Amino acid sequence: MKFTLSWLKDHLETEASLNEIVERLTSIGLEVEQVDDKAALKPFVIAKVLTAVQHPDADRLRVLTVDTGDGRPPVQVVCGAPNARAGLIGAFAAPGTYVPGIDVTLGIGKIRGVESRGMMCSERELEISDEHNGIIDLPADAPVGTSYAAYAHLDDPMIEINLTPNHPDATGVHGIARDLAASGLGTLKTAPIAAIAGQGECPIKVTIEAPELCPGFAVRLVRGVKNGPSPKWLQQRLIAIGLRPISALVDITNYITFDRGRPLHVYDVGKIAGNLVVRRAQVAEKALALDGREYMLSPEMCVIADNDGAESIAGVMGGERTGCDENTTDVLIESALWAPLNVARTGRSLGIITDARYRFERGVDPEFMVPGLDLATKLVLDLCGGEPSEREVVGYAGHTPKIVSFPLSEVKRLTGLDVPKTESLDILSRLGFQPKGSGGVVDVVVPSWRPDVDGKADLVEEVMRMHGVDEIAPQPLASHDAVNGKILTVLQIRTRAARRALAVRGMMEAVTWSFIPAKHAEMFGGGPTALKLVNPIAADMSDMRPSLLPGLIAAAQRNADKGIGDVALFEVSGTYEGDAPENQRRVAAGVRRGTAGLDGSGRHWSGNAPTVGVFDAKADALAALEACGAPVDRLQIETGAPSWYHPGRSGVIKLGPKVVLGHFGEFHPKTLEGLDVSGPLCGFEVFVDAVPEPKAKPTRTKPKLELSAFQAVKRDFAFVVGKEIEAGTLTKAAFAADKKLITGVSVFDIFEGPSLGADKKSIAIEISIQPLEKTLTDEDFEALAKRIVDNVAKQTGGVLRG
Amino acid sequence: MTDIDQLERSLVEAVAHAADETAIEAVRVAALGKKGSISEMLKTLGAMSPDERQVKGPAINGLKTRVTEALSSRKSELKDLAIAARLAAEKVDVTLPVRQSPAERGRIHPISQVIDEIAAIFGDMGFSIAEGPDIETDHYNFTALNFPEGHPAREMHDTFFFQPDANGERKVLRTHTSPVQIRTMETQKPPIRIVIPGKTYRQDSDATHSPMFHQVEGLVVDKTANVANMKWVLEEFCKAFFEVPSVNMRFRPSYFPFTEPSLEVDIQCDRSRPGEVRFGEGSDWMEILGCGMVHPNVLRAGGLDPDEYQGFAWGMGIDRIAMLKYGMPDLRAFFDADVRWLSHYGFRPLDMPTLFGGLSA
Repeated sequence: MKFTLSWLKDHLETEASLNEIVERLTSIGLEVEQVDDKAALKPFVIAKVLTAVQHPDADRLRVLTVDTGDGRPPVQVVCGAPNARAGLIGAFAAPGTYVPGIDVTLGIGKIRGVESRGMMCSERELEISDEHNGIIDLPADAPVGTSYAAYAHLDDPMIEINLTPNHPDATGVHGIARDLAASGLGTLKTAPIAAIAGQGECPIKVTIEAPELCPGFAVRLVRGVKNGPSPKWLQQRLIAIGLRPISALVDITNYITFDRGRPLHVYDVGKIAGNLVVRRAQVAEKALALDGREYMLSPEMCVIADNDGAESIAGVMGGERTGCDENTTDVLIESALWAPLNVARTGRSLGIITDARYRFERGVDPEFMVPGLDLATKLVLDLCGGEPSEREVVGYAGHTPKIVSFPLSEVKRLTGLDVPKTESLDILSRLGFQPKGSGGVVDVVVPSWRPDVDGKADLVEEVMRMHGVDEIAPQPLASHDAVNGKILTVLQIRTRAARRALAVRGMMEAVTWSFIPAKHAEMFGGGPTALKLVNPIAADMSDMRPSLLPGLIAAAQRNADKGIGDVALFEVSGTYEGDAPENQRRVAAGVRRGTAGLDGSGRHWSGNAPTVGVFDAKADALAALEACGAPVDRLQIETGAPSWYHPGRSGVIKLGPKVVLGHFGEFHPKTLEGLDVSGPLCGFEVFVDAVPEPKAKPTRTKPKLELSAFQAVKRDFAFVVGKEIEAGTLTKAAFAADKKLITGVSVFDIFEGPSLGADKKSIAIEISIQPLEKTLTDEDFEALAKRIVDNVAKQTGGVLRG
Repeated sequence: MTDIDQLERSLVEAVAHAADETAIEAVRVAALGKKGSISEMLKTLGAMSPDERQVKGPAINGLKTRVTEALSSRKSELKDLAIAARLAAEKVDVTLPVRQSPAERGRIHPISQVIDEIAAIFGDMGFSIAEGPDIETDHYNFTALNFPEGHPAREMHDTFFFQPDANGERKVLRTHTSPVQIRTMETQKPPIRIVIPGKTYRQDSDATHSPMFHQVEGLVVDKTANVANMKWVLEEFCKAFFEVPSVNMRFRPSYFPFTEPSLEVDIQCDRSRPGEVRFGEGSDWMEILGCGMVHPNVLRAGGLDPDEYQGFAWGMGIDRIAMLKYGMPDLRAFFDADVRWLSHYGFRPLDMPTLFGGLSA
C-alpha cells in the first residue's frame, strides 16, 4: 500500500514530521517498507533561458545562456530540444547533478566543441512522465531560482507500507489516517460524503443470480461526461504511487481505491448490451480483461455479464469490452461487494494480482459501498461534468455489527500493561469502535470496516498497539526449579550423540533434501503414491526419501565432480516409510568415498590410505549404534542386507532375531549406475529409533569392579574350516568353550591357499584367558584348549591346522 | 722398573686401546681371569716370605684395583659411545607431517550446532525440546492454528501437498513448526514450556528462501504468561544467542492467524561492515522473528480453555539466525553438502555449546 505525505494530510490534521509519521506507522503495525522523500528531484531548479543561438557546428543544437537565479552570471548550456528558445522557463540541472531518466551524473563537457555547463531537462529525464518532445516549458510567472520539484508539487514524499493480511481498513489512506489519529498523532478529518440523489432511474438494471458471492451491488449512470486526461494533481498522486494515469474516469476509480480502500469500476454504457447480471461463470467461459488478456473461467468464479456474455471478473478485474475511453459520454459507475474468499480463490487460480483483489480479499467496508459510489459520482461530475441518475442498489441487506463483550482487565492479563480504563475506551472510540456500558466489562460494537476483529484478544491488540508496545516492560518468567533437569528425550539425546560420534570419526555432517527423485526413492525401497508431492519445486525433488543414502551418495558425487573425491559424509535425520507420524524414522547414515577412511585419505609418506570398503562402513555403523546406547556386545551381524548393497560385501545388524538396527556395506553396481555415481563407495544406515530404550535405573552406581590377582595369558589357535564358515560363528564357538575363563577372542589371520585345499581356509584366533581362582596348570590349559577345539569342531567342522 | 710397573703400563695401554666390549673383555680375562697376568702374580704371594709378602702384597693388590677401575671406566666410556652412535643412526626428520586425527577433520553442520545452542539457552530457562512429524494433516498445520479454510494467510505459505487419500484429505509438508504446539497441548497439561526445532517446507526458492528450511518454535502456556514475559524471554534469548551483553529489540504489531495480539520483532544491528553483522550496536533494524499471545481458538483446538489458560508463542528461522551469527551468505549452500563449505562453516565435534563454557569458542 503506497501513498504520499500530502495525500495523508488530506485526511489527517497533524504537525508531525515525515520521520515521526514513519516511525509511528511502524510502531502501530503498519510497517513502513519504503520511504521516497524525493531527494533525487531536489537539485533541479527553475531557470530562464536568456539567449538561444544556433550551435556553430550542429544543425540540431542550440547554445543557450541560462539564468539559474542564483545571482551569478548566466551559464552556457548546449541543448538539443526543439522548443529551446530565449525566454523559456524550465528545469535546470547544474554539473554534479544526477539525472535519473538518463542515469547520468552531469559534468562540465564540450558538445561539438562548445562548452556546456548543465542541462535543461525534459519530464522524462526527471522520470516524472514519458514526455520527451521537448524540455519542460513553464509559465512566465514560475519563480526562477527556486526548486522545480516544490513548484510542481513533485516533492511529496511517498510512503509504502507492508500490509498484513488482516486490516482491510488500512488499504485506504483514510483508514491509515484513522489509525495514526487514534495513536495520538493528529486529528482525523471526517468531512461527511454528501449523498447525491441524481435524477431519474438508472436505465441499466442489475440482477444478482449468485447472492452468496455478491452481497451487494450499486451502480449509477452519469450522462454526458467528457472523458479527457485527469487534472495534474490527480495524475501526480497516481504517478507518485506507481500508477499510470489513463483518463479521468479510470483515474477516479483508482484514486478512490487508494483514498478509501474502495475499488470501483466504470463501464462505457454505450458498449453494454442490455442489462447486467451477476452470476457464476459458465464452464470454460472466457472473459477479455482490462489487461488485454483473455481468461478461461469456471463456475467457481463470479462474473458481471451483459447480453453478450461475461464482461468483468468480479472483484478481480474489469472487462476490456465495456471499458471507458476518450469517446465515452455515458458512464456507469459500479461499487459492489464480493465474497472475500471467492475473490482470493479466483485471483489465485487465474494468477491475477490487482489493487481491487488486494482489497476485496481482505474485505472492504460494506457500509461504504453507497458512499463510495457517491464520492465517485462527485468526482466524475467535478472533473468530467454530466448528469447523474438515481442509484441502483441491489442485494445489500445492510450490515449487522459484531458486538464483543470486553472485560477491560484483559489488557493487563494478556500484555502486562496497566492501561487506565478511560484510555482503553478512548483508543477504541478513536478507532471507530463503540464501547457501551461503564463497568469492568463493556460491550464493544465493531465498526463495519474491521471484519478482522472477532473477540476480546483482538481488542487487546488494538489497545496495545495504540498505547504503545514499547511501554511494555520485560518481565522475567518465573523459574520452575533452582536447577533445571534434563530437557532432552532419549531420541533427542541419541540423535545428538550419534552426530558427535560420527563427526569424531572424521565425517562431515550434511543436511540433504527430504525429497529426492522418484527413481532414487524407488531404488531404495520407496516411491509409494502417498509419499509423492503433488507440487514439487522441481521434478527431481518429488518423493519423500525412504533412506538417507541416495542423498548422501549424490552429495559425495557432487564433491567428486568438483575434484574432491575422498569424502566422508553423514546425516542424522528423518526418513519416511509412510505419511503417518509414526512412519517417520530417525536414521543415522553415512558414506565414505575414495580413500576417506577413519585415519585419513590419500597418499602419505607413512603409507597411503586404502580405498574404503565394507569394514569401514561396519565400523561407522557400530560406532553410531554404540553412541545411541545399543548393546554392542550383543549385536548380531548377518548377511542379507537390502538390494541396494553388494550382496557379498554387506551386512545386517540385528538385536535378537527380529530387531533390525541397521545395514552396512559396499553398494551394488546397479545402485551406483542408477544413481549415476562412481565409487569406491561404502555406506551404512542405522535406525536410531529402533534401539531399545534403557530401563530406568534406581541408581547410577556402576557394578563393582572385580580384578583378578592372577596373570592373564593369551593362546593362539589356527583352524582349517570350510570357506563358507563365517569368522563370527567360529569366534562365538571358541568363546562358548568357557565363558568364565575366556575374556576375549580376536581374529588375527585369515589364510587361503592350495596347501589347504580349494574349499578351505584357515582362521587364526587369539584367545585371552583370565584365571580367576588360581594360576592355571599345564593340565588346566590342555583341558581348556580341548574344549575350545571340540566346540569349534562341533559348530564349524573346523580342525586345528597342522 | 719392576715387573709390576711394567705389567701395569702394558695393561693400561691395552685397556685404552680396547675398541669395543669384546676387546675389553679380552683384556680383563688376560689380566684378571683365572690365568690372567695379575691372577698369576697373586698366586706367587703364597710362596713368599712374610717380609717379602708384606711389600709385594699391597703392590699387586693395588695393581689389581687400578686395572679393575681402568677396565670399568673404559667400559662405561665405550657404552656411551655406542649409545651416541645408535642415537645418531636413529635420527629422523621431525618436520615430516603427521596425519590429522579424525576428530579434527569431522564437522557438525551449523544447523545442528545452532539447535544445540538453542537447547542450551532454553534448557536453562526451564524449557523442554519437542518434536513432531514433517508430514502433517491439514488440521494440525492450518485449521487447528486458526487458518480458516480458503484464508489468504494459507496462500502465503506456499504449501507442498500430497495426493488426497480415499477420504479426500490431503496431507501437507508442514509449513511451520507450529503444528507441534497443538500436538503438545493435546498430550501435556499446562504449565507448558517447549521449544520446537525442526524442518519446515515451503514451495519457494531463491538466495534467501529454500524449499526446505529449519524453524524453531517456542510455546509457553500457563495461567499468567503475557506479552511482558514474552519480551523478556526473547530478549534474554537474543542476548545469549548472539553472545552480546545487550540487545535492542523493536516489537511491532503484526498479524499471524495463530496469535492475537501478534508482533514482529526487529533487532538492532550494525551492517556497515561487508559480510558481517554486529548486534547490540549500529542503526539498522533487522527482522528476526514473529510472536504473539496464543490465539484463543488455538488454545481451544489444543483442548484448553482460553479464559483459564493463556500463553505466548514465537517462531524464527534457524538457518537465518545461523547465517546472522556466523555469516554464511547464501542459504542454498546449507543443503549442498560441499565439504569445503562444511569444513569452513561447520563445527568441530567436541565443541559442545554450553552456557557455562560459552556457546561458541
